[in-house]
Amino acid sequence: MNITLENKDGSTLLRFHEERLDAHNSKELKDYLLELMEKGSKKLILDLSEVRFVDSSGLGALLSGHKNAGLREGRFALVGVQPRVQSMFELTRLTRVFEIYPGVEDALAYVPGGTPHDSKQD
Amino acid sequence: MTRNKINLEIEIPTQTRYLGLIGNIGEQLAWDLTDYGGDRDALAYNLNLVLTEALTNVIKHAGCDNQALRVCISIEGNSLSIQVHDQGLGFDLEGVPCPDPEELCERGRGIFIIRHLMDSVDYRKTDKGNVLEMKKEL
Repeated sequence: MNITLENKDGSTLLRFHEERLDAHNSKELKDYLLELMEKGSKKLILDLSEVRFVDSSGLGALLSGHKNAGLREGRFALVGVQPRVQSMFELTRLTRVFEIYPGVEDALAYVPGGTPHDSKQD
Repeated sequence: MTRNKINLEIEIPTQTRYLGLIGNIGEQLAWDLTDYGGDRDALAYNLNLVLTEALTNVIKHAGCDNQALRVCISIEGNSLSIQVHDQGLGFDLEGVPCPDPEELCERGRGIFIIRHLMDSVDYRKTDKGNVLEMKKEL
């Protein structure tokens, strides 16, 4: 699994450098997300812009990240979701479950339960 | 327009590392169906997906470790047939429940996806093991 990690405005940004998220690499991603949360990362943003294919096992790994973040009162956001991957979320009715944003800045600008930074008036 | 008859037969080890290879073959087949009138991009993704889900189910549930899997893809006219042959103990396809969208279970969506995208799905015993067969009219 090729994944890079950086700190971005207090959030942990993960860039997943694989074309596929499937039964071959989904467990590794699931375990990695859990490990990060157990080590104290509370706000995770997963960049999927390089991922053109997700199967049901990949969805399972993303769901695991979502649920584990919820259990820790943390955050798990997805960005850069390609249209075909989005259609997988729709097929499995998970669109409303995940926190999805077009890009990293959009995810960083939104504070759950608060006011988006970019809507503040000067 | 008359569509050529295509028959592919591929044997792979029972390992998830080959999912991408087989999925990509399914995608390429869809791109080669130049007379297909529907959304070819969607068909390519869906063939990749059903092949990936079918192989994953057989690898994880059919109990066929260290035995080769045989994948047969056939297109004749508008009829698409995909078979995944295993030599394991098999599993109960009908016993796989439909996932509840309200329950955020991490597993159990593979067969649901195949059923949604294909016209028929069947898993049965053969002389040499089992076969998962999926059919669709294109």
